[in-house]
Amino acid sequence: MNTPVKIADRHGVVKLNTVTKYKKIRSALTISAFVAPAIIIYAVYVLFPIMSTLMYSFYEWDGMGVGVFVGLQNYIDLFKDAVFWRALTNNTWVVLTSVFAQIPLGLIMALMLFAPIKGIKFFSSVYFFPFLMSTVAIGLLWVLMFDPLNGVINSIINVFGFENVSWLSETNTALFAVLLVIVWQFSPFYMILFKAAIVGIPGELYEAAEIDGASSFQKFFNITLPLLMPTIVSSSILAIVGSLKAFDIFYIMTGGGPNHGTELLGTYMFKQAFINFNMGYASAIAFIMFFLALFVTIIIQVMDHFRKKKGAYGI
Amino acid sequence: MIMRLKKLPLYIIAFMLLIFTGFPFIYMISTSLKSRSHFFEEPFALFSSFSLENFTSVFEMGLTRYFINSIFVSIIAVIIVMFVAALASYPLSRMKFKLNKVLFLLFISGMMLPIHATLIPIFKLTQSMGVFDTIWALLGPYIAFSLPISIFILTQFMQEIPKSLEEAAKMDGCNHFGIFWRVILPMLTPALMTVLIYNFIHLWNEFIFALVLISSPENMTLPLGLQDFKGEFSVNIPGLMAALTLASLPILVVYLFSQEKVVKGLAGGAVKG
Repeated sequence: MNTPVKIADRHGVVKLNTVTKYKKIRSALTISAFVAPAIIIYAVYVLFPIMSTLMYSFYEWDGMGVGVFVGLQNYIDLFKDAVFWRALTNNTWVVLTSVFAQIPLGLIMALMLFAPIKGIKFFSSVYFFPFLMSTVAIGLLWVLMFDPLNGVINSIINVFGFENVSWLSETNTALFAVLLVIVWQFSPFYMILFKAAIVGIPGELYEAAEIDGASSFQKFFNITLPLLMPTIVSSSILAIVGSLKAFDIFYIMTGGGPNHGTELLGTYMFKQAFINFNMGYASAIAFIMFFLALFVTIIIQVMDHFRKKKGAYGI
Repeated sequence: MIMRLKKLPLYIIAFMLLIFTGFPFIYMISTSLKSRSHFFEEPFALFSSFSLENFTSVFEMGLTRYFINSIFVSIIAVIIVMFVAALASYPLSRMKFKLNKVLFLLFISGMMLPIHATLIPIFKLTQSMGVFDTIWALLGPYIAFSLPISIFILTQFMQEIPKSLEEAAKMDGCNHFGIFWRVILPMLTPALMTVLIYNFIHLWNEFIFALVLISSPENMTLPLGLQDFKGEFSVNIPGLMAALTLASLPILVVYLFSQEKVVKGLAGGAVKG
């Protein structure tokens, strides 16, 4: 480190001498040169667009020419819009499914990878498959599987004596069907996170427990689960934030229908913007999505801050 | 014998999970190998016929074009992302300056960002730039939205490179660019692999930007093209399944050949965090 040489001028004010100043400017230029490409791209495609979205949300605008400034009218309309609340509820369902179905299933899958059975390598390879497939392909494949006439799901439930169900065209089954597909697609991701965490648990703990005569269940509930708590917390964060962004699979499988039964903030925003060309209204939805993500992130950061202060994960 | 019986429940769970995760793939591949008429006779029979006619017809429908577009845009975007993110990560992880923390947070928070919040402005921007409905329209958003996770992975990795190496290079008269190019970059290979795999898979599968920014079939990427097939194949389900199989194949093949790397790459950002 260079200690800046300080010289007092005749008024007694301390000034940096010119050499240090020059060095400072040079280092600032170097840093800018490294960071500039990333910042420019990021500003053009991420930062400015968010601000524009906020601005557009105060206009009534069809995407052409100039819009009409309407103040908070879009937000007022939105809060009176039943579809908006429906979408928000469905987004909440996605969050709940992620946290209470994907993560537990991912954990079970990860635990299976450490089970004393043969062919683990094969099992683990296949378990991971769904996460690699493109969402569009997954959506189309499951649309066929849920097909009322030619779909394999109906032929399976027929075996158990149930009638055919038109899964994706009935309001009360469509949401369930798409949520099932989400569980299928994302559980492998959590499996990987848990696998990495389980590998990190010291083996001596289990050996000690075994000497004390602990059963498998006791070992799981007293060693594995508490030590996986940090991973469960961070997985839940990923799940919540990811759920706010959900779009692709719903758009492909149901397009938000039937009768808005599977509408999400994402699909509703897309429809308002690019089908109805209500760009201002859509911007208001988009900004609320941004705000929710920001809100969740800040809450998580604050919680993290306190957790670190306590020095433990609160287990 | 008793030991084996004790393991039976484990095998049952393992197989149930295997069927849950694997069955849709088996069903997709098996259906793609049926002729259209055979599919209607026996829609559920697994591997009851092995005809490749669907695969040839899929290529005639223009799947090749989608493949080329997807490969082109994903590869160019990933290469630029690796370079730009590595450049930015160097001062962010190894130099002290006032705005360091703010900049880092600004980039990282991009991971949380819903794409929808930028969709309309980017749509307008691409139109005014004159690249709307070309493959170039996707490049900017793809690079920008890959930066957060890439910078996250690379800064984590760079922090662990010992400072002494850098000091030694400084003594030899290297400036920061020299240090970056000769010392840091060569050591970065594993992290860059993670960045490459993570972003390539995500961009290969990316859907919403393509949906908004591309409309002509000749410029569509694979996910968008597949979505378009849906209508064309409403009468030809085996054909659609063949298209899905082909679209999923490249990533599955890469995965089977370098499983560890892909798994690590996809979990890359998350496992450490």
